[in-house]
Amino acid sequence: MKKKTSMNVLDSRQLAEGIYSLVLAYPEGEAPRQVLPGQFAGLYPRDSSALLMRPISVCRWDPAEGSIRFVYRASGRGTKTFTGLKTGDRIDMLGLLGNGYETGRMRGKRVLLMGGGIGIPPMLELAAVLKGEARSVTAVLGYRNRELFLADEFRREAEVLVATEDGSIGTKGNVLDAVRAAGIQADVICACGPMPMLRAVRDFARETGACCYISLEERMACGIGACLGCITKTRQIDAHSHVRNARICTEGPVFAAEEIDF
Amino acid sequence: MPKPDLSVSIAGVTFKNPVTTASGTFGSGMEYSEFVDLNRLGAVTTKGVASSPWEGNPVPRVTEVYGGMLNAIGLQNPGVEVFVKRDLEYLKQFDTRVIVNVCGRTEEEYLAVVERLSEEAVDLLEINVSCPNVKEGAIAFGQDPDALFRITDKIRRIATQPVIMKLTPNVTSIAEMARAAEAGGADAISLINTITGMKIDIERRTFVLANKTGGMSGPAIKPVAVRMVWQAAQAVKIPIIGMGGIASAEDAIEFILAGATMVAAGAMQFHNPCLTMEIIDGIEAYMVRHQIEHVTDLIGTVQ
Repeated sequence: MKKKTSMNVLDSRQLAEGIYSLVLAYPEGEAPRQVLPGQFAGLYPRDSSALLMRPISVCRWDPAEGSIRFVYRASGRGTKTFTGLKTGDRIDMLGLLGNGYETGRMRGKRVLLMGGGIGIPPMLELAAVLKGEARSVTAVLGYRNRELFLADEFRREAEVLVATEDGSIGTKGNVLDAVRAAGIQADVICACGPMPMLRAVRDFARETGACCYISLEERMACGIGACLGCITKTRQIDAHSHVRNARICTEGPVFAAEEIDF
Repeated sequence: MPKPDLSVSIAGVTFKNPVTTASGTFGSGMEYSEFVDLNRLGAVTTKGVASSPWEGNPVPRVTEVYGGMLNAIGLQNPGVEVFVKRDLEYLKQFDTRVIVNVCGRTEEEYLAVVERLSEEAVDLLEINVSCPNVKEGAIAFGQDPDALFRITDKIRRIATQPVIMKLTPNVTSIAEMARAAEAGGADAISLINTITGMKIDIERRTFVLANKTGGMSGPAIKPVAVRMVWQAAQAVKIPIIGMGGIASAEDAIEFILAGATMVAAGAMQFHNPCLTMEIIDGIEAYMVRHQIEHVTDLIGTVQ
């Protein structure tokens, strides 16, 4: 039977204002054989008044070390407890959860990755997996200001374009402004970020005829598909409830953009 | 001392132990089967099922609160036909009892589901007249004793399985509601459903849940639930399935001492997906420690 995993904290540090990095190692012999980019895990706050896990995407998977890196925004009561973790601490984790990106479909293709804000971290593992597999990988990263995070790590895996809302670095504006300014052509687009950004990315993909996958987030409770808390509206009748709701934790968090009604 | 006897019975149906799952927190068991050996459960209580598919509410549907959570799922479900073919079929492979939670917007809808299930592999029916998150029906039947009596009576007349009425805590007198269910012919009652709550995002000045209100569950509601189970147990003779914030075997035993014949783990399974197994083991350990041969010897014995 599966259970929660007591993960060992290898590293915990701040990357930018409100943005933190956490590297967790599996206990000896418990690491999974495969971790897919786009998958997430549920991290439990170290606060007995907080019962729900916090769903956080995999930013990087190190199979040799058996460790997963998470980069998260400390935005609420639960995630703020993670910022106090120190090397050697333990934290309970549920998962890995969710489907992840099917990178096999992107082999030999020109792939454009777009991450906005806290949607940036999951694109890093995807870039790393696609490196050498895809014909080209371009990562377009959208930040608020000059407090970039993970940009150097991305540069090791892909061509990188940066957009900042305040124009302090790279293109002034959002990820699509940067893509348009650079005239990038892509066969496949993968994006994670706020819903307005994902809508614009989907529309851009339609315009250019690219295949588009998006990674969604929602407030979750069980994380395994039982509670039906984290649904997203779909165009077709879903297989679980036979309405038009897919469970982000189970059927997602990665969806073909055209499956989603948004 | 011999191995403690954890078996209980409700309306002639025996259960290997008194532990089940609170409706809506466990799906139909499929999703949890990687974490829980369903064969070990006294019963699986399923997510509410209606006569046709229900979409449920918009998101956000869930949010955490201090010591608990709020949900306003809105009873999303695939309808009874899919449920029978997929979920009930799935559950047949396990050596556990099946309690099917039934929901509806109107009396006719409840009756349609009860009738549809009459020849199926269902051990007991649990009638959800207490969901705070759907606009019509549901809780309206559970907050007025006369309405509760009438719907219980109508369901009892056509049901082939024993009927459990699931009560809401959002009433003035739980004893009165328990008596109405008993008078209507209920074979058992289960309580508590969630307590209606609200959370406001003060930065955005908006409701956190799309539905504005949601049902509160989790450890913070347990003392309310234990009190209500005890009051209901004083009021009626039919068995009670107790639930509300159970996070451990110790919590479960509190409910049994208050008068519950069975107990259900709910939201805290989200904190610990293996919780039901730990509750079963913990009750057994408690019985050994206190030299209790039959778990039934504990029911309602608080002094």
